[in-house]
Amino acid sequence: MIPQSHFLALGAVLFCISVAGIFINRKNVIVLLMSIELMLLAVNMNFVTFSRFLGDVAGQEFVFFILTVAAAESAIGLAILVVLFRNRSTINVEELDSMKG
Amino acid sequence: MLFYAFATVLVLAALAVITVRNSVHAALFLVLCFFTSACVWLLLQAEFLAIALVLVYVGAVMVLFLFVVMMLDINTAPLREGFARYLPVALAVAVVMLLEMLALIGVRRMTGRLAPPDPALAEGLSNTEWLGRALFRDYLLPFEVAGMILTVAIIAAIALTLRRRPNVRRQDPARQVLARKADRLRVVKMPPAGKEAQP
Repeated sequence: MIPQSHFLALGAVLFCISVAGIFINRKNVIVLLMSIELMLLAVNMNFVTFSRFLGDVAGQEFVFFILTVAAAESAIGLAILVVLFRNRSTINVEELDSMKG
Repeated sequence: MLFYAFATVLVLAALAVITVRNSVHAALFLVLCFFTSACVWLLLQAEFLAIALVLVYVGAVMVLFLFVVMMLDINTAPLREGFARYLPVALAVAVVMLLEMLALIGVRRMTGRLAPPDPALAEGLSNTEWLGRALFRDYLLPFEVAGMILTVAIIAAIALTLRRRPNVRRQDPARQVLARKADRLRVVKMPPAGKEAQP
């Protein structure tokens, strides 16, 4: 059997990879959104692990709701992205400075 | 073991998501990530969530991502400029975070907690039934709120991307229904023309 700590370590590795992804892809909004999805996946991995090892149903219910919110978030994020590209014809984060004082 | 094979694939695919040059390839590697974590969740006997992950993410969200990536004609060259510059910072932050988390988790202890018997099976239920009973009994209000959030998200996404074009002819069904016979049809009295023509 695999101990609990190995599942948690897998979640931690995923989370750190997605944080590094946000750092190195800070100009590309699409890859930023993908990194956020990876982060939520890492959190979900921890929830499922604790739910299984503690024998509690609440963890898996939370994953259910996180999936819902993540789907809504990515849908709205991509809609904003489409509008942004239509208006500015770029998705480069560096050029989105029209609200700078 | 099977878990370590899945974990290796998952970590490699996640690394590929954040490093590949092409956004379409990144989206496809993200599909691989989600699929592999669904396999890991199956090892954890969370069958319903594993299937839900494949259906929701691979089926809906990633198709949305691919659709947007292909619809927008993006020049990726200027988006990659800061890649080498931020790489050392990103590596430092990620490695320090990882070491801290692993120190907290305690991976070294190979004799960590082992999984207790599956609570769903102990109650004589399947995983889906176990989740469903709790969902519709204890979590009914959050479930309804989740449905409301999805509705709001649909309306918001459509309202954001709906584009009004001024010079397009379109049908207005309300005005079509409201049209009366008198508005369209005019009866003209004409003298019969056939009488003189016939001898």
